[in-house]
Amino acid sequence: MYKILEKTPLNPTVTKMVVEAPLVAKKAEPGQFIIFRATEDGERIPLTIADYDRAAGTVTIIFQIVGAGTMELNALDAGDSIVDFVGPLGTPSRLEGIKKVAVVGGGVGCAIAYPTAKKLHELGAEVHSVIGFRNQDLVILEKEFEAVSDKVVKMSDDGSWGEKGLVTNALESLIQDGNCYDEVIAIGPVIMMKFVCELTKKYNIKTTVSMNPIMIDGTGMCGGCRLTLNEDGKKVTKFACVDGPDFDGHKVDFDEAMKRGAMYRDFEAHAREATCELLKKEVK
Amino acid sequence: MPNMDPKKCPMPVQEPGVRNKNFKEVALGYTYEMAVNEAKRCLNCPKKPCVSGCPVNIDIPAFIAKVAEGDMEGAYAVLSASSALPAVCGRVCPQETQCEGKCVRGIKAESVGIGRLERFVADWHREHSAEKAAKPAPNGHKVAVIGSGPSGLTAAGDLAKLGYQVTIYEALHTPGGVLVYGIPEFRLPKDIVRHEIDGLKELGVDVETNVVIGKTITIDELFDMGNEAVFIGSGAGLPRFMGIPGESLKGVYSANEFLTRINLMKAYKDGAKTPIQHAKNVAVVGGGNVAMDAARSAKRLGAENVYIVYRRGMEELPARKEEVEHAVEEGIIFKTLNNPVEVLGDENGNVCGMRCIEMELGEPDESGRRRPIEKAGSEFVLDVDCMIMSIGTSPNPLIRSTTPGLETNKHGCIITNGDDGLTTRNAVYAGGDAVTGAATVILAMGAGKNAAKAIDEYIKSKNA
Repeated sequence: MYKILEKTPLNPTVTKMVVEAPLVAKKAEPGQFIIFRATEDGERIPLTIADYDRAAGTVTIIFQIVGAGTMELNALDAGDSIVDFVGPLGTPSRLEGIKKVAVVGGGVGCAIAYPTAKKLHELGAEVHSVIGFRNQDLVILEKEFEAVSDKVVKMSDDGSWGEKGLVTNALESLIQDGNCYDEVIAIGPVIMMKFVCELTKKYNIKTTVSMNPIMIDGTGMCGGCRLTLNEDGKKVTKFACVDGPDFDGHKVDFDEAMKRGAMYRDFEAHAREATCELLKKEVK
Repeated sequence: MPNMDPKKCPMPVQEPGVRNKNFKEVALGYTYEMAVNEAKRCLNCPKKPCVSGCPVNIDIPAFIAKVAEGDMEGAYAVLSASSALPAVCGRVCPQETQCEGKCVRGIKAESVGIGRLERFVADWHREHSAEKAAKPAPNGHKVAVIGSGPSGLTAAGDLAKLGYQVTIYEALHTPGGVLVYGIPEFRLPKDIVRHEIDGLKELGVDVETNVVIGKTITIDELFDMGNEAVFIGSGAGLPRFMGIPGESLKGVYSANEFLTRINLMKAYKDGAKTPIQHAKNVAVVGGGNVAMDAARSAKRLGAENVYIVYRRGMEELPARKEEVEHAVEEGIIFKTLNNPVEVLGDENGNVCGMRCIEMELGEPDESGRRRPIEKAGSEFVLDVDCMIMSIGTSPNPLIRSTTPGLETNKHGCIITNGDDGLTTRNAVYAGGDAVTGAATVILAMGAGKNAAKAIDEYIKSKNA
């Protein structure tokens, strides 16, 4: 059992939790993930590690309440325990040697983009963060990004926060202003990562994306998280759990990844409703 | 007087038309009378060829003699002296090529039903004995076991009986390895696996779930923690795909994923949190035991047509004969001498068919089996909305990539010096699928048993 030490709602649908998991904290690096099961018969759900404290033996996760599993997790409070919490899984992000970088975060993807920006800042890189949200109410980690970035560009779909527009608009302006990035790191919805990559391809800037496909075990056993890379005209199958989750964004078949991500959408909507009803009953 | 009936007592089973709609165990087990009568078919011959056919060398005639006398606890004592998991082996071992394949009765008629008797005795013990295993006196030495599948459980059990303080590390949330995530409930009820693991815990074995060795803890750290030897039984994890177009469409599963969703995550139950596709027409590609498990599971989920698509013929199917017979009885359609060349998808990326080509058998290849050759111009489309790839697995790279000095062969299998399982790293032993590539439960158990013996000898000699 893994005790929840802190629980903080970051916005109406995104929650931050600090979890006691000393073995995971000891090894965790930016870019890696954990898999949790909130309850005994719950689903196994992967979440990228948002932060860790080796001395305190804690791991921070930030999650959006999207389905039954995250709803179950969000029903737990500080002092409660998560049944299963395993990691760190996946390959750490390769951040050494980057001198100037644009970190692009979209929505709850900012929770994963932040530790990357932080690590790059610690390594001495010039960090430009471009963060986007649908609207002002959904903004997370604004102060944190400001603390680790040389420049922060804030975007929202409706203009209620920062500038109105997409992160790709902001990134293109930065590039056109003469910023020469060694690398762009894009973390957010698959559709956002796809368009960031289309843009950076045009300017020939290396781009890394963090993929978050459906998976079960997270150790390379099920193959559910597979995605296709186009390497020199050849299609290559990779497993996000062991080969990733970071990939060269110019090689990823995003359209396929989007379709695979929607495989259980109907089931998930149904499960979310059922869990919601169940939790309401428990509250009563 | 021995029972000279030429046929072994048939196993009572659920009717095919009933069982292919539920996940309850297919074979129901012998009654007491059936077991005693079947035991009397054993001639107790002096050469005991059956024992040489058993990878863990159970004294088979001795346990059968006890069954014939009605001394079931005595029989269990004989079994458990050699096997850590008799209730499992009695169900999933390929007895026809092992103990029963060597039985003298099998020369002129049917062999003694050794597997069925083993299962009966283990079940009898579980149901009738409340006695807990006595905890052996500790010998003061620590050993770590990686993986809680058949090889790890066997190694852990044998070492614990010798007084070692054993910790098993399991990556998943439930121990049991392939016995839990791979083999379906209808062939091996999970309560039985749980019971066997509880037995190990009573012996003092500590089971740590949610620890991925190579990620959470490295092998070097296991030694730093005071372990004097490490056994790697991490299994063959990585599923293989064919590399044909369309394998990433929605509705294409590896057999590992399909079976893990059903077995470990219980996706077949109403109200399960883990989803699975309830397909109408399913093609399972491959001809091994795992393919049979996947096909029979798909049928139980409600599929109308389930096909086994295999590139060789019925005679060449690598699955156990009994599994193939059960599958046929349950309505699985065998499309042998066919091979997929492309998975077809609709505009939403869902599987809507599988293009296949007919095969014929040519001259034997290096494996001794006749090589399948494509018949030109014989392509056709099989109408399916789900495809399960069951063409094998290769060992998981997590441990070899984080353990300096641990060498593997070109297939990624850990290299050992032979029977005792010593790897290229001092005090690190390995066995099961991590060494051999995908094989059977009992071979993995044999490897775990041999490694436990070697580890005991190594630690004793080191401390002598």
